[in-house]
Amino acid sequence: MSLTRRDFIKSSAVAAAANAAGMAVPGVSEALAQQKNDGIRWDKGTCRFCGTGCGVLIGTKDGRVVATQGDPEAPVNRGLNCIKGYFLSKIMYGKDRLTQPLLRMKNGQYDKNGEFTPISWDQAYDIMADKCKAALKAGGPRNIAMYGSGQWTIWEGYAAAKLWKAGFRSNNLDPNARHCMASAVTGFMRTFGIDEPMGCYDDMEHADAFALWGSNMAEMHPILWSRITDRRLNAKHVKIHVLSTFSHRSCELADNELIFKPQSDLAILNYIANYIIQNGAVNQEFVKNHVKFKKGVTDIGYGLRPNHPLEQAAGNNGYPGPDGKPKGDPNKATDISFEEFKAFVAEYTLDKAHEISGVPKENLEALAKIYADPKTKVMSLWTMGFNQHTRGTWVNNMIYNVHLLVGKISEPGNGPFSLTGQPSACGTAREVGTFAHRLPADMMVANPKHREIAEKVWKLPAGTIPDWIGLHAVAQSRALKDGKLGFFWSTTTNNMQAGPNINGEIYPGWRNPAVFVVHSDVYPTVSALAADLILPSAMWTEKEGAYGNAERRTQFWRQQVKPQGQARSDLLQYAEFAKRFKMEEVWPAELLDKAPEYKGKTLYDMLYANGEVNKFPVSEQMKGFENEEGKALGFYLQKGLFEEYAAFGRGHGHDLAAFDVYHKARGLRWPVVDNKETLWRFREGYDPYVKAGEKVRFYGHPDGKAVIFALPYQPAAEQPDNDYDLWLCTGRVLEHWHTGSMTRRVPELYKAMPDAWIYMHPEDAKKRGLQRGDTVKVQTRRGEISTRVETRGRNKPPLGLVFVPFFDEHRLVNKLTLDATCPISKETDFKKCACKVVKA
Amino acid sequence: MSDLQPSSSAKPDKAAAARRQFFADAGRLACGAGLLGLGLGLYAKQARALPPAALRPPGAGGESDFLGACIRCGLCVRDCPYGTLSLARPEEPIATGTPYFLARQVPCEMCEDIPCVKACPTGALDHGLTDINEARMGLAVLLDQETCLNFLGLRCDVCYRVCPVIDKAITLELRPNTRTGRHTMFIPTVHSDHCTGCGKCERSCVLETAAIKVLPIALAKGQLGQHYRVGWEEQRKAGHSLVEDKGLGDLPDRIPESAPLEGHYDPASQGGPSLAPGKAATPDSGVDSLSPRLPGADAHSAGLPAMPQNIPGGGLPNRLSDEAAR
Repeated sequence: MSLTRRDFIKSSAVAAAANAAGMAVPGVSEALAQQKNDGIRWDKGTCRFCGTGCGVLIGTKDGRVVATQGDPEAPVNRGLNCIKGYFLSKIMYGKDRLTQPLLRMKNGQYDKNGEFTPISWDQAYDIMADKCKAALKAGGPRNIAMYGSGQWTIWEGYAAAKLWKAGFRSNNLDPNARHCMASAVTGFMRTFGIDEPMGCYDDMEHADAFALWGSNMAEMHPILWSRITDRRLNAKHVKIHVLSTFSHRSCELADNELIFKPQSDLAILNYIANYIIQNGAVNQEFVKNHVKFKKGVTDIGYGLRPNHPLEQAAGNNGYPGPDGKPKGDPNKATDISFEEFKAFVAEYTLDKAHEISGVPKENLEALAKIYADPKTKVMSLWTMGFNQHTRGTWVNNMIYNVHLLVGKISEPGNGPFSLTGQPSACGTAREVGTFAHRLPADMMVANPKHREIAEKVWKLPAGTIPDWIGLHAVAQSRALKDGKLGFFWSTTTNNMQAGPNINGEIYPGWRNPAVFVVHSDVYPTVSALAADLILPSAMWTEKEGAYGNAERRTQFWRQQVKPQGQARSDLLQYAEFAKRFKMEEVWPAELLDKAPEYKGKTLYDMLYANGEVNKFPVSEQMKGFENEEGKALGFYLQKGLFEEYAAFGRGHGHDLAAFDVYHKARGLRWPVVDNKETLWRFREGYDPYVKAGEKVRFYGHPDGKAVIFALPYQPAAEQPDNDYDLWLCTGRVLEHWHTGSMTRRVPELYKAMPDAWIYMHPEDAKKRGLQRGDTVKVQTRRGEISTRVETRGRNKPPLGLVFVPFFDEHRLVNKLTLDATCPISKETDFKKCACKVVKA
Repeated sequence: MSDLQPSSSAKPDKAAAARRQFFADAGRLACGAGLLGLGLGLYAKQARALPPAALRPPGAGGESDFLGACIRCGLCVRDCPYGTLSLARPEEPIATGTPYFLARQVPCEMCEDIPCVKACPTGALDHGLTDINEARMGLAVLLDQETCLNFLGLRCDVCYRVCPVIDKAITLELRPNTRTGRHTMFIPTVHSDHCTGCGKCERSCVLETAAIKVLPIALAKGQLGQHYRVGWEEQRKAGHSLVEDKGLGDLPDRIPESAPLEGHYDPASQGGPSLAPGKAATPDSGVDSLSPRLPGADAHSAGLPAMPQNIPGGGLPNRLSDEAAR
């Protein structure tokens, strides 16, 4: 730090003068402190919050993160942060950090109804191992489950997937990305055969029009929104179209605001496809060479419990029918021709789309025109409005329909872009295969070839990885309630606040005496308090980590400080837990006979000390930085896991660079081939997997073609009626991230947005005899919460719809939500159910 | 002096009360000279100069009128459902017993039914105030542009989102971030014709010392000289050019047809009233008038380069309102 003598004298003089006058001159003492600075060590990191993946620099001093700054050279954010990122340095230091394992005990013994009592890590692992072994003995691998998130670091998710799928031979592992990105994933897989966006954030500087489909980027992706706004300001021809079920901050910039009736986005998308065809705007050459058409089955239900009338009526929900056989397959589709597709969407006229959606015709037409005009480059963006949808997979498929019909895809400025809400929804939840149906690099547990590849990389005998699809998030909650799980481990997420229908499913599930619930967390969230054993986790820069953002950018950081108290990283928790299991206790003898080298070994030896994961010495770690896992285990665990994992994707369209490169780069967008990033996939010249002369190749499918799906509009699972007369929509606010477990512990953010009020139309309030600020009860068929009425402010719902954010643990809005899911992606629809509001 | 005459003003109660206050203060001063001297004199002086951070309840009007009419009964404080208001204690530099609030601590929640005003027995809080949007407790001012996070290009705008009169009292003005070259800065901008001075913005500013503060209007507001009028505002208020009746027009500019200048301002060529012989302007020609157009007004339909229509504050609303008396 260079502080000139003159500067020093100047500021000292000001301070001295101020002191003499008995005044406090704001900022002077701080400025002095800053100039003297140092002792602060700066290192590269990534923001802990959303999927944008802003680069930050982390300042540590005396073993504590004392400051952060936006990394001015980070390509994603160029030094900027949102208000959550501004407070990053405070998120680890809430007063109630969990610092030791806590077990529910009575009279010195574990008791499901006991009080949380501090125990040692050894005691914690002991009881976990006991309970897990007992559950395995009683019900086999299907009797245990784990629930993680898109906040796991890449190697944590990978280690968990390996522990569960290879070690315990259970596919009952799912991330909370199920509530968040699952519909985007199934959308990608069905249309392109490969997950994740083809484009990147650079599209934003090239597009002529933007369409937000169910995304309030102004609040949820603030830094990306300022990029779109910049494009809008600098290029006068650029137009912004915002579709939503209520008016929000992003609508402020909209040239075309389309407030549609919930669920009618399906009809609008089919109308646009129809408009394109009717107006001769189909890119014939593109469609002929790169697209094929399919028609999906339709009678697919709503992902509710099988005894629900809607499921009993559904013919293709895949649930067991009266004969015990599955009733169809909701994911099924049959080939059709372009002409058949044209006939299918023909009924979605402007009149019909207007009638279903309630959007004025001129607004619908203005939107259709940007897609149809060959000269307008369009970027479509969406988040939870599409994904949290009982037809979430369909609506993802249908936005691709529109882009594929006109060939506006995979080139700068033209592309559908699925945004993510968690820092590593892509990097961890999706890429390393933590879903109940997936393996690393987009492979599937149900595919024998994929299992064979995974078994080879993991050095497992054939037949180790189970062929059954495990329990997804909502199914886990139901199985817990039904007593079908004996051991459940939840981590890096807060499902007791974020999951649907807490009253009806999740709480009774976790408190079911049949199950032992372990929860790893950093703060005493409602989930932690509902568990039987709480494990204190290291968070963010208390461990070495890696996240993958929404544009396929993989970003690393080093451990900056020691975990607080006895906290340990989730990664270390898995490794140490695995040491408690002898192979003979988890694998049947006939499987072990096929791999006699594992006899007498532990799960830990088989998974993490397998000659691959443990082959990098701690000496390869950067000098001067701690690495708790290296210290505990004697090797560079993160590097070993990453390199083993990267073997899955290299040469298969998911190429990652070498581990060490990421510690030097400000993130790299995969596939990284020949030390070059890929910005636009599937396009010759940009994507190394597209050969010269092919122009475009959607290589996720063997024939290189993407699929346009014929899918209809269908109503929501629950709609307002006489008893419950309002649509209830839930979501986020800029100040808080998800369930607020971090942001609500930052005093300034708490003060900026202390409570989740219910946003409603002033007329709707008046009709109910309510005025702004009144305390009300919000009720659904599943429960009620108390809150206050907000008729002003940032969100302006139309008549008939109310919005409640879910960050506030004092009023758990998910007591109210319905656990209806997309039957294909199994993702919950948090945006639509029926409620009523009465004066409290 | 008019002070000694029976008042014929519209607020007899307040004027009378102001007189009482004057005598009380004068009495205090007289005693003070004999007894406590300088100390009490300073107190009386302090009591009449409200510190900038202290705000009065809705409907309080001018400070001297308010002090005259307020009987220190505390009913407004009692009826405030949010605990916003306090009664000044003797050690505070505010007239003892009068109601006030500090925005940074507990701001006004802008109750629709304004219970504090209803509770006031004297009219010190104006009972004519029935719409809380009309309250003018103070005026928010973004004082420190060096530390305001949005001026740094970050996305905070907490003050904007908590504003109960969002998009009117505070708008976000968009400005390119020339440092990054690809982001926009969202500059919070307060508009005095809508700001009620409730203080939610100051309360929730995330900085350790708020960059935005609510000040008494007299302290916060500038006043334009009477010798100058803001042309576009005058035109907007009139709804037409102020010289519309003078038959003004334009002659077309000579520009080669092969090289049109995009965005060039030339009313006559763009269908406005032309002074060219034989091309008389017709008022119902259905095209742009001669008068200079504001970007964003309706330039979209005119096909001219335009500011985004719905950008917060982009439409140049009433921010230079001449209701500067406040």
